[in-house]
Amino acid sequence: MIEQYNVYAAKLLPPEELFASGHKACQGCAPALALRYLMKALGPNTIVCNATGCMEIVSSAYPDIAWGVPWIHVAFENAAAVASGVEAGIKILQRKGKLAPGKINVVAIGGDGGTFDIGLQALSGMLERGHNAMYLCYDNEAYMNTGIQRSSGTPFGASTTTSPAGKAIPGQRTVKTALLEIAAAHQIAYAATACTSYPFDFMEKVKKAFSYDGAKMIHILAPCPTGWRTNPGEVIKHGRLAVQTGIFPLYEVDHGRYKMSLDLPFLKPLKMYLSPQGRYRHLTEEQVAIIEANMKARYAKLQALCRITAEV
Amino acid sequence: MGKRKGVESSIALADSAAMCRIEAIAAYPITPQTHIVEHLSEWVNDGHLEAEFVPVESEHSAMSAALGMSAVGARTFTATSSQGLALMHEILFIAPAMRLPIVMAVANRSLSGPISIWNDHSDIMTDRDIGWVQIFAENGQECFDLVPACFRVAEDKRVVLPTILNFDGFVVSHMIEPIEFWTQEQFDAYLPPFDPQIKLDVRKPVAMGAVGIPEIYYEARLAQQNALLNAKAVVVEAFAELEKTVGRKYNLVETYKADDADAILYLMGSLSETAMTAVDNLRAQGKKVGLVRPRLWRPFPTQELLAAFGNVPVVGVCDRALAFGLEHHMVAQEIRTLFYDAPHRPKLVEFVIGLGGRDVTIGDMEHILNRLLEVKNGAPVGPVEYVGVRK
Repeated sequence: MIEQYNVYAAKLLPPEELFASGHKACQGCAPALALRYLMKALGPNTIVCNATGCMEIVSSAYPDIAWGVPWIHVAFENAAAVASGVEAGIKILQRKGKLAPGKINVVAIGGDGGTFDIGLQALSGMLERGHNAMYLCYDNEAYMNTGIQRSSGTPFGASTTTSPAGKAIPGQRTVKTALLEIAAAHQIAYAATACTSYPFDFMEKVKKAFSYDGAKMIHILAPCPTGWRTNPGEVIKHGRLAVQTGIFPLYEVDHGRYKMSLDLPFLKPLKMYLSPQGRYRHLTEEQVAIIEANMKARYAKLQALCRITAEV
Repeated sequence: MGKRKGVESSIALADSAAMCRIEAIAAYPITPQTHIVEHLSEWVNDGHLEAEFVPVESEHSAMSAALGMSAVGARTFTATSSQGLALMHEILFIAPAMRLPIVMAVANRSLSGPISIWNDHSDIMTDRDIGWVQIFAENGQECFDLVPACFRVAEDKRVVLPTILNFDGFVVSHMIEPIEFWTQEQFDAYLPPFDPQIKLDVRKPVAMGAVGIPEIYYEARLAQQNALLNAKAVVVEAFAELEKTVGRKYNLVETYKADDADAILYLMGSLSETAMTAVDNLRAQGKKVGLVRPRLWRPFPTQELLAAFGNVPVVGVCDRALAFGLEHHMVAQEIRTLFYDAPHRPKLVEFVIGLGGRDVTIGDMEHILNRLLEVKNGAPVGPVEYVGVRK
């Protein structure tokens, strides 16, 4: 129903909380918001396969389970493989009549460490085999659970505990991997980016993803005030700035067709996004210029992909 | 009486798994296990078995997917070997902790390095303490018979633990033998459908794999230990039912001419068949030697082993893998432990044999058995002997 309204209309969401409050996430944790929105979009006919990470730890310290749906955690690098098994198991049990027919949404969830790094192989396997499941990467741009170590989702220049802003090496030396491009290269039905500051865009994408059979992927930027060294009261603002400055564009790849999710008439200055974040405090003008150049090139490429793929 | 046909052990094992009506398979190719999963994919792709075959991208994912399959309530099977088992290592511990009764066939093979595809027990010795029920098959018939026994034990409501069926790579896996097949009716009568008490079900949500805080972890681990120890009685029942079904008798501990023996050799896996011939040869010379080997390896059949060894004065132990840095290897460690508190402690003579596919001959086994008799007659026990190695 919410698809009809382009307004903030929280009252139109199901009041049911399938990812309940009382979990142990930090103040201002945007990944926890991502899970709450995810569950509002999916409803109770859902099985969640959670990789080890912040969201697994904070939601499942036995006996305090935050989940109102069947939930399984096995290990760090294998959420996509577990989801593959869950999906295959459901498929055969329904085919044999041992499980009631009907749609069951299978979701694998991992952080950026569990997805960009250690879980990339299992993710590729799940996407390539075309399991009828969605992978959600909640990206807070470092291994926050173990104490803010860099991952290949950490952006260039960011200071983390394993890419500290030192005198010789000022922060992360590599650029953030284009994760969604890797997912889309598997020629899956649907891949999209999202941001916790745009909940309705995210929930619509989740629903759209599950309107298709086969494998799908959503990569959601979810700011972590603890790791980003920002004010926990401003995570929504910082997420919006990530999108509005163009550093984390919202787009989808629907059966190979790229489409921007927001119509941004202009991009806000990048410094608005970078300067409130403690992880970027040390950046030199030179580093900011590198970040900006990379961002602009990626943004232009994305716009070009939207144009080109609209025609095919 | 089922039909007897000449068939490769791996193929028979796969047929047996299919006839157990397995529902989900997650598998990755690795020598010498490949024929099993190849044959199972034929079962599925030819439409003879209603199952999902997920050709995963690694053994780590094979075991991970198997957990997912079993967690939703599908009867789940996989097979691996060597490096594949090693790659699964992390997840192997989690399957029993989550009480998921997966059955896995392991074609025992050496571990790298140097890389070797040939048979020894390096792989499974490394994964000895993973919390699975572990059973050994010594030939193709046993491979066929014991797959349904593994499922029956694994899925029994008093057990609910994953189970490994070990058998020697190449020496057994690639051997063509006359194997008596059970009928499908026999399978169905022996093995009831899988009906898990707890599963991932949207009508009744549960959380599996929650964080074990310090107030919980210890109890959870000990509960798992007790579940595994208690599985022994269920294995006895499963073997008794198997005997009623097809007439072949399996015991937790198998013996060969051990009752009146002056010396007993303890070994694991298919070497026993070579050793039996050696025992017969020595018996023909009036030398009283015998064999003991575990059919059930985990839970460890302590009382049954002590009963099988009786008051024999000398026991020999064959290891087929090395415990690096200690010259009492894994099997020897277990048998030393077995006798430490026993009222009667025999002399223990340790051997390592057949690493990385090094041929083990009847002559080697006769040499070992003769050594045991020398010790019985007063020769010193000596350090572990590396049989068949070039000096």
